[in-house]
Amino acid sequence: MGRKVFGGFSQAVLAVWALLIIAPLIWTLLASFKSNGEIFGDALQLPGELRWDNWARAWERASIGRYLLNTAIVVFFGVAGTMLLSSMAAYVLARFKFPGNRLIYFLFVSGMAFPVFLALVPLFFVVDGLGLLNTHVGLILVYIAYSLPFTVFFLTSFFRGLPDAVAEAAMIDGASYTRTFFQVMLPMAKPAMVSLTIFNVLGQWNQYLLPLVLLPGDKSNWVITQGIADISTIAGYEADWPALFAALSMTVLPVVVAYIVFQRHIQSGLTSGAVK
Amino acid sequence: MRRHGFVAGFLLLPVLLYVVFVISPYVQAFQIALTDWRGVSAGLDFVGLDNFRRMFGNETFWQAIRNHLVLLVAMPLATVSLALLFAYLLNVAGGSRGGTMTGVKGSGFYRVVFFLPQVLAVAVVGVLFKAVYRPDSSGVINGVLVKLGMEPVGWLTDQRLALWSIIAVMVWQAVGFYVVLFSAGMAAIPKDVFEAASLDGAGRTRMFFSITLPLLWDTVQVGWIYLGIAAFDGFALVNVLSMEQGGPDGATTVLATEIYKNAFSYSRFGYASALGVALFFLTLTFAALTMRVTRRERIVY
Repeated sequence: MGRKVFGGFSQAVLAVWALLIIAPLIWTLLASFKSNGEIFGDALQLPGELRWDNWARAWERASIGRYLLNTAIVVFFGVAGTMLLSSMAAYVLARFKFPGNRLIYFLFVSGMAFPVFLALVPLFFVVDGLGLLNTHVGLILVYIAYSLPFTVFFLTSFFRGLPDAVAEAAMIDGASYTRTFFQVMLPMAKPAMVSLTIFNVLGQWNQYLLPLVLLPGDKSNWVITQGIADISTIAGYEADWPALFAALSMTVLPVVVAYIVFQRHIQSGLTSGAVK
Repeated sequence: MRRHGFVAGFLLLPVLLYVVFVISPYVQAFQIALTDWRGVSAGLDFVGLDNFRRMFGNETFWQAIRNHLVLLVAMPLATVSLALLFAYLLNVAGGSRGGTMTGVKGSGFYRVVFFLPQVLAVAVVGVLFKAVYRPDSSGVINGVLVKLGMEPVGWLTDQRLALWSIIAVMVWQAVGFYVVLFSAGMAAIPKDVFEAASLDGAGRTRMFFSITLPLLWDTVQVGWIYLGIAAFDGFALVNVLSMEQGGPDGATTVLATEIYKNAFSYSRFGYASALGVALFFLTLTFAALTMRVTRRERIVY
């Protein structure tokens, strides 16, 4: 088989898959400008005009803005808390000898082996018992707790690999343990912190199950995945499909833009977990 | 003393959060699975293994297990095969240029596009494909079929097709991740191995099966375990995409869906926890088995 033929075959295979990825997204974007009639007509027809009022309806009536803001708040505090607490725990577990060290490390790591569905029922009642059901604080704390195993595991192995000399020098210069951690050791862990932050932002932003269980009440508290799934159901009986597609576009577009800007970091951040 | 204070201070909050929200629920789940708890404190009786007996006699449970088995075989197989093919085309198929193996033209672009679905929320992808799969010509796929003069297909309404339609979406979303993962592995294979094979007259297909695949085996194994564990989940997609959350008529239901329904729709918390325990042991068995079966002598290069 000649090189030209093989090259052409490769291009064709790859182009087909690329088309399969992009087509549904472009189609959704186009459908967000269609009228209800056009949506239920021929799927391959372009919209007759750019109907921006679909977007306005999705933003206001379907409160996509509200959902996005809620998600941003929850994910911001969720990831900040995850990174802070994980790095503290991982640092101590990696570099200090004390009774119980191995046990605590094992407890954290074993969390990766359990499916979250096993914990679902008791978790609901624990959160309810603390009065945190239907609150963002409750969801944030749960996000942090369930992000700990992987983040602690990953950071512990990173901190173990850092040289001893730097920390010792800082201590000799009179820095306290806390100061040595925040001003010397944590900055050295930056590459791992960046990867894990991306990993956790995406994981928490896309979470669907936990909000469904822990924020079942008032819609004004909901996050974006709940909102989109709900609009999909509502569109069925209110017959406002254009608003659904506008809402979908609004949700997907910022993620796609962020992805294109940071794609190198995101790819390495997400796959770094698998190549440990 | 200062040292002990520091260690304790740094561990206090993370361990506290972890014990309250992760460890304690997991432990409680095993206890609740042995009760008939329905959410009111008075109605809690220890019923031993009754929930498990009911579970094994329940047709829906077996339906979910059958669906998991289909998922477990089909989804990783399709995802890993496609990802290996794409990664190979992207990294090696361009032939050797100036002594190194190169991918086809535009491989950077393909890599970005293929990975894209990975960053989208599964729930959002589910809503999106609900529209793509619509049963008349207003759905993208059926729109094309009708244009070609064929009958529209009930992708999600046909009992024999629904699970496969959902598997296709899972594969659609997952392939890009494994393309990137396998690409990294392929890039680490020394180029002179390919050159030597090429001098010996090996074709590209032969090179793939004799060099790339064996040297990539560890990574493929990791990928297989990840996908297998994902095959025991499937909640978000089934919940959003399928008819009546697991329908038509249980054709797409998974254990996670049954756990959620039994707990939060019917308040059968004991039974739901028993299903959770079953799911836990299934996942664990799968991971242990895969490790054993796929273990090979590690090739050092």
